[in-house]
This record gives sequence, structure tokens and C-alpha cells, in this order.
Amino acid sequence: MRLTGGQMVCAALLREGVDIAFGLPGGAILPLYQTLPEYPGLRHVLVRHEQNAGHAADGYARATGKVGVCIATSGPGATNLVTPLATAMMDSVPIVAITGQVPRAAIGRDAFQETDTTGITLPITKHNYLVMSAAELPATLKEAFHVARTGRPGPVLIDLPRDVQTERAEFDYPDDIRMRSYRPTLEGHAQMIKRAARLIRDAERPLILAGHGVLISGAMAELRELAEKAQIPVITTLLGISAVNEDHVLSLGMPGMHGWAHNNWAIDRADLLVAVGMRFDDRVTGRISSFAPNAKVVHIDIDPAEVGKNIRVTVPIVGDAKRVLHALAREVEPAVRTEWLQEIDRLRDEHPSYRIRESDGLLPQYVVRELSDATEGNAIVVTGVGQHQMWAAQHYRFTEPGAWLTSGGLGTMGFEVGAAMGAAMGRPDKTVWSIAGDGGFQMTMAELATIVENRVPVKFAILNNNHLGLVRQLQDLFNDGVRVASGYSGNPDFVKLADAYGVWATRVTERGQVRQAIDDAMAHDGPALIDFMVEPEENVYPHVPAGESVAEMLEGPAPEGERAWR
Amino acid sequence: MAVAQSNGSRTITALVHDRPGVLARVAGLFRRRGFNISNLVVGHSESPGLSRMTFVVEGDNYVVEQVAKQLYKLIDVVRVNDISAENIVARELALIKVAATPQNRAAILETAAIFRANVIDVSPGALIIETTGGEDKVDALLQLLKPYGVREIMRTGRVAMARGAAATGSGRAEPQRTDKSAPDTEVVP
Repeated sequence: MRLTGGQMVCAALLREGVDIAFGLPGGAILPLYQTLPEYPGLRHVLVRHEQNAGHAADGYARATGKVGVCIATSGPGATNLVTPLATAMMDSVPIVAITGQVPRAAIGRDAFQETDTTGITLPITKHNYLVMSAAELPATLKEAFHVARTGRPGPVLIDLPRDVQTERAEFDYPDDIRMRSYRPTLEGHAQMIKRAARLIRDAERPLILAGHGVLISGAMAELRELAEKAQIPVITTLLGISAVNEDHVLSLGMPGMHGWAHNNWAIDRADLLVAVGMRFDDRVTGRISSFAPNAKVVHIDIDPAEVGKNIRVTVPIVGDAKRVLHALAREVEPAVRTEWLQEIDRLRDEHPSYRIRESDGLLPQYVVRELSDATEGNAIVVTGVGQHQMWAAQHYRFTEPGAWLTSGGLGTMGFEVGAAMGAAMGRPDKTVWSIAGDGGFQMTMAELATIVENRVPVKFAILNNNHLGLVRQLQDLFNDGVRVASGYSGNPDFVKLADAYGVWATRVTERGQVRQAIDDAMAHDGPALIDFMVEPEENVYPHVPAGESVAEMLEGPAPEGERAWR
Repeated sequence: MAVAQSNGSRTITALVHDRPGVLARVAGLFRRRGFNISNLVVGHSESPGLSRMTFVVEGDNYVVEQVAKQLYKLIDVVRVNDISAENIVARELALIKVAATPQNRAAILETAAIFRANVIDVSPGALIIETTGGEDKVDALLQLLKPYGVREIMRTGRVAMARGAAATGSGRAEPQRTDKSAPDTEVVP
């Protein structure tokens, strides 16, 4: 069958199971767009800004486990994809991005809307391709999806010159692919798994650190089996949240900069860390030399480059988390660790981070807890980056895996709008709450139009403190309270703004109104927005200062006139 | 003659797909991860469609292991070998243009002969000398030629191969071996 390059893209997307693509057309990608009507099985969602097409593909991918697809034109269209591609790269999210490029003969001549897209995206994609003939396109598309979704997933970009989109060639889409230079290791080394089981047997104070890799590989049941059999408490990193049911007795929550204090102290005392699908990010470890000083480390990851990158590892196991955990759970001996679990309980009692301060005001933590209760912990929660993200991570109690979508590695403000839209379109069976800050929301709120156009029932909870809250917090805690460029004095009226877009909205200024507003938003058939006017100067605690050890952790607000207590 | 490994310098070879942009991918990786390479040579390998790169990397075990693992992550990279510990021969080729007068030409030729270097171009004012060997040999020849006035130097950088019948890198470093020298990052942004 002979097809044009543009037709090949559409046909390949359908073959790969893609039912939705987010994008925005322009001259250099127009031939591809003009073929879309021939493929009614492929739904295209027209966004207002390419960045949000990328975030939508990301949210779709995280929420469904499928590959997200976004499309943009050359030049500014492609450069607008830089942030979402970098976001997906840092968080290992499978995306295939398709960009238009100027015609082959014009490449390198600074043509209108020409940029070196493959050059620009080289360090922020798992791989990318500039396709110079339609004949190469079927194999390239197959390879792109294969690379994006296998191994440690990541974004892949295909740059398509305009005249390749119109060029005809034979379309013979391969069913399978073998790449000589890309073969992720899936099975863990049997000897290493035995050694890990021995370390677990000999440990008195072991901890599991579960990261995004557990969710990506779908290893939740295996993780739970290992934790229960060997009685190892599970700490979940920011992206590992929801890998265990947070109501489980062995679930401890998040560690690190804004993690629970008892978790950081538990890591400090642990004699063994079993790290699974996580990469010892600096937000987890703080100062490396003071991190887990008494612990041996078993590190399980599908990406060999992560093992030994940031901390010394006693037993490295390269492989897929599901398979390795399955093997490890069979290998370990059942154990009882009453003393260790009691010690952690004591730490929790001594360092009650979950406690929020007494206040008649509208505390953001309280809003998150009400949201958690109202949704019974099983909504899909999407956040931006900053204080609201940390409060959501801390206070929403997730009972279902994979329901937590946040930009962890790159820390992309504004992620919460496009990603929530993509997640809601991918999972129409779920309630999707976007917990947003007033800062990030204003970066990408133009997509409210797309959300209304496509009747996407996303619910927005803006924790509005009229600040870039985490910046303000850093300035107050560590910069003598000198606030530079962290306050907004002219924020729009978000309720009127939502109204202008045709989004149902209400404002909450008091505690007593919270639950009713949430219930109303959920009862509303369609997108909704609640503007929560929260305490503007509330801080996120605990707070381990960047690059410091757990001993420097600030655990709560200072008594009147004093520094925050330790 | 095997080149002595200078302080902290290691030889790594990589077999890569011969595709557009592969050099940019490798060079970009070294730059953004802060790896210090003093030498990079690319050329065709024995297999059609594959090129072989030779790097000389400055760093300890941790750095070399990271270089190898990060290189492996590039989709175009087929194989990476740290051959520093193997019994290898390493060579580079240098072209040296040295000023020559009728008075000193004979002396220069004599120096070249001692190093078994070839004279490949002669003109009224200069000679081009071609030499092959380890870095130290090339350095030594250069030292001796400097007084005459070295106009231009072109060095290819190190290429290396294992001695004997076995393929280079067949005792290849396991990418997942235990790391003994992870960095102690005191400063985290």
C-alpha cells in the first residue's frame, strides 16, 4: 500500500493504539493535518499552546499507561514543546512528539520557522529522528513507539520535513522490531537477587524506597508481597506516591525535603535500603554524605546508569521492577520486625509532621484533606509545582495506584492544566482533580478554552495565596524575610475568568464552605473551578534546607518571634 | 608499544551506528554530564554501518563507569568497552610542519630518521613530517623539532586495539557492576 508521509503517521498511530493526539497546526505540519479527516478513529484535540499539547500527552500517558502523542509545527511550535519534553524526560513518561520541519531543500538555510529541532531536543528526549524520506517513515515510527514505551520510558521526537509528509512510499508497518543497539535488561541477575534476599534477612531496620518505576512497571502487587512477607515498611518518593495503598499499615509516605520527619529519621537509622525504581534525587537525599549513614543499599532499576550514580550501592540489580520484585519476594524469608516497626511508630509520635497548626483560617492542608475525603482517595490528582504540590503529596491519601500525576524531576509549573486535561480524556471513568497554585495556573490557563470545547470534566482546586508560595517561603526562612518578586498584587478574579471561559466556578474563603464547594464542583456535569483563598503565609513543613542533612530539618512554624523549631 | 596510562586517563571504545548526528549525541552527552575527554577519534569499523569511536577520558572508576553507562543509554550506541586494563596497543598519527632552511634541513631529517618518522612533503621553506606512535613518542619528537620552528601540528588522537586474536573489549566491563567510588556531592543546588 502506497501512502503519503502524512498518511503513514496517522496509520501508524492507529496501529500503535493511539486514539487521541494533542496538537496545534502550522505551515510545516499542514500536510499531515490535512490527512486527519481520512482517519476518523484518530481524535485530534486542538490546544491553545503547544506546551499544553505536550503536557496533555504526558498526563494522558501517566493516567493510562499508554504512549501520549502530541503534534506541533516547525520553529516556535517545536520550541514550545521543549518544556513538556524535558518534563517527560525527567519523569520517564512515554511520549511521541511529531513536529513539522521546513522542506528538505530548505533545511540549513534559516528558512521561515526553521529551527534545529532534533538538535534542540537532543538532551531532553530519549531519542529523536529527522526523517529525510517517506520510505524510512514506517520503520522509524515503529521504532519511536518501541523506544518510548519500553525500558525506562521517555519522550521520542520525530521531525518531519513538509515535503516528506507529501512524499509517497510503500507503507509496510512492521509488527515487531529488534534493535541491535537497544535491548533493555528485564530479568534481574539471579545471584544478585539472592544476595539482596540475604541482606534483607540479616537486616534489623530495613526500608523500601519505592519510586515511579514501581508504577511504570505495574509492580504494585509484587511490592506489597515483598513488604508484607519480609515486614519492610515502604517509603514512597514524590513520584512513587500511590504505589502502595496509603492506608496500608506498612505505608509510611514521602521522604526528603518536604517528606514526613519520621521517614527522614527512619532512613537515618535504617541498616538497609531496598530502593526500587527510584534514583536518589537530591530532594530525597539532601546532603549525600549524611544520607542513610548506616545503611547498605540494594538498588533495583531498569536503567543501569541510575545504579551507582548518586550513592554507593551494595547490591545492584538491573531489571524490570515487576520481575525483580516478584523474584525477590519469592526469595526472601518471612520475617517479624516488631521492634523496628515500633521504633518507627515512636518516631512518628515524636515528629508528628502530619499535624497541622490550629487556625480558624482557611489552611491549604485542610482543603487537600477535605478533597481526599470527598473523593475517598480515589480521584486522579494532578498538580503543578510548589507549595500546593507538596501539600497535595502530603495530605491526599491515595488508595489507588497511578492516580497521582505531578511534575517531579523538572518541577514544571503550569503542568497541572494540560496534564489534567490529558488525564481526564484518557480516563473518562475517573474524577480528575487538578490541584493548582495561582502562579502555575496562570502560566497555562489558556487551555480552559480547550477543556470547554471538548467538554473535559476536569475539576480545578486553586490554592490561591497570591504568591509564588514556595519562593516566598524560601525567602522568609533562609533569606531574612526579604521578599523579592514572590508576591502577586494583581491576580485576576479566577471565578470571573472561569465564567468567561464557560467553566462553572466558585470562591471559598472560609473553612466551613470547603466541603460544600467540593461536592458542588463534583456534582456539576463538566469542568469546574474552585478558587480557595488560603492563608497566604502558610509554610510547607517539614523543610530540609537544600543540600543539608536531616539534622537541619525544620519541622514546624516558629513560636511567635522565634526561628522555626527543629 | 603500549601507551602508559597517564594519571587518571582511561581509554574507552564505543561501537556506534553510522548515522547522522551520532557524533553530536556523543559530544553533547559528554558536555552536559561534565565528563572530561581529552581525545575523541571516529572512523569506520570492520562492520558496514558501524563506526568505532575511541575516547580518552580523564577520571576515576566512577567517571569511567558513568561514561560507559550513559553512552549505553544512547540508542545509536551498540557497545562500550573500557579497555584501559586490557593489554592494548595504542597509536596516534601526527603531521608536523617544521620550518627548514638549506642549513638545518639535514639535521631535521636526521631527527626524523631517529624516530622512524617519514618526510612526506618538502618545500623550500618547510618540511612535513609524519609520525606514528604513542603520545609520548610524538611529544618527544615535537620537543626536538621545536627549536627549528614548528609551523603547524595535526594530531589524530589515540586509537587503540587489544593485542592477540581476541576482539578489543572482549573482557568488557559489566555496566552493572558495583560502584566503589560514587561521588560525595556536598553541594546540591
